[in-house]
Amino acid sequence: MKRSNEPIFWSLFGAGGMLSALIAPILIFITGIITPVGLWMPPQAFEYSRVLGFAQHWIGKLLLLAVISLFLFHAVHRIYHGLHDLGVHAGTGAMVAAYGSALAGTLIAAYLLIAVGF
Amino acid sequence: MAQVRTYTRPMSGWWLKNPYFVRYMIREASSVFLAIYAVILLVGLWRLTQGEAAWDAWRAALTSPGSILFHWIAMLTVGYHAYTWWKVAPKTAPDLRIGGRPLPECAIAGGGWLATVGASILIYGIVRWM
Amino acid sequence: MADTLRIKIEVLRYNPEQGGEPHFQTFEVPFTHDTSVLQGLQYIKDHLDGSLTFRWSCRMAICGSCGKMVNGVPVLSCHTFLRDYYPGKLRVEPLNHFPILRDLAIDQSDFLNNKLPSVKPYVMPKEQKPLSAGTHVQTPKQMHQYYQYSQCINCLLCYAACPQYGLNPKFTGPAALALLHRYNADSRDRGWDERAELLNAEEGVWGCTLVGYCSQVCPKDVDPAHAINQNKVNSTMDYFGVLKFLMPKGGA
Repeated sequence: MKRSNEPIFWSLFGAGGMLSALIAPILIFITGIITPVGLWMPPQAFEYSRVLGFAQHWIGKLLLLAVISLFLFHAVHRIYHGLHDLGVHAGTGAMVAAYGSALAGTLIAAYLLIAVGF
Repeated sequence: MAQVRTYTRPMSGWWLKNPYFVRYMIREASSVFLAIYAVILLVGLWRLTQGEAAWDAWRAALTSPGSILFHWIAMLTVGYHAYTWWKVAPKTAPDLRIGGRPLPECAIAGGGWLATVGASILIYGIVRWM
Repeated sequence: MADTLRIKIEVLRYNPEQGGEPHFQTFEVPFTHDTSVLQGLQYIKDHLDGSLTFRWSCRMAICGSCGKMVNGVPVLSCHTFLRDYYPGKLRVEPLNHFPILRDLAIDQSDFLNNKLPSVKPYVMPKEQKPLSAGTHVQTPKQMHQYYQYSQCINCLLCYAACPQYGLNPKFTGPAALALLHRYNADSRDRGWDERAELLNAEEGVWGCTLVGYCSQVCPKDVDPAHAINQNKVNSTMDYFGVLKFLMPKGGA
């Protein structure tokens, strides 16, 4: 029987699942609901200079990379297995597409975090 | 023994036939919203590197009704993911015991839910007041 | 009897000699407060249609023979009572995900011939001791590490609850993997390496997506979902080569 490489993907899935279970609902609430609506959050909280400063700090870079990358790896893992659950046995191509897009998102985020300066 | 002609029932639509499975599929589907949210953040990061005008345009796009609606749905489904993540934590956790007795499942799950509430308050406080 | 009521039972019928699609047949059965679903089926067989086929043996939830789907939920039919469905009706089907042999009898051979032996469900000691050397001793604490998993009666309700087994019958499935863990967790056992190939495979623990329904339906409070998902962690540590430093039995 072939050894599964699932431990790699499952670890990334688990890390993303843990991180998103802890902070994703509040992040979505802040960035997508209360700040755009202008309720319970002053607009200055997300003004350009403040967010730029956050993205230029090494802690900010680490957090942004972790959030974007791990959320993606968590999500594509479930989407890939969800296809199987729905009876779509998409095979290796779908697997490469799923985890490949999470990897691409990670690399793009890393590039942008370097491009944004220090 | 002669081969008996058996009948195997099809699996199509299996997850609609039991509310337990419907909840499982909602849990799994939450990942679609989480992925879209991660892409929205990635686009925001990209716009940030392009300067203040681009950043403000990204923020303006987030105020559209469609965006607000998406984020409401995303928050609720991903919130459901958070709820279920801790609910099944007793299954993924090691065999935790206190005085030889297994730690009750509600203690593990409850600890997780408290951690999410605590992290949420902490993040709100940091973003708003620091 | 004054308190005898009547309830409708829809039973899935399948005749292998005729083939074709299974169909439902409705029977009306008298019942009292203590009539089990199994007794309802026996009433049908004894009084209404002698050709109705189903398995049962002990009538007391220990033999594991009488599992059925009742209104879509896998249950032991001896351990489920008609009163709980009244005034509605019941729909009784064979356990999901298994081939139907006839009516409510399923073909268990995949579990009995393939899945169960594949986990090597027996204690493999480090070395075989002669009988004269006495018993393998174990403390109560060591026994509690696996006791719950040893309560499995092979009733297959967890397989009927597991969509991953239904979608891919190559998946070893809940009960067999729980038994795999039962022996790995036994202080007298040194069989980790022998069971590792199956455990680490797609057909092993990695076929599970933690639906969790297996543990919900188990009539013996075995927790297959916990057994499998603890072993995803073990398999991951094994994959990255750190398990041997953490194994209480030293991986021997």
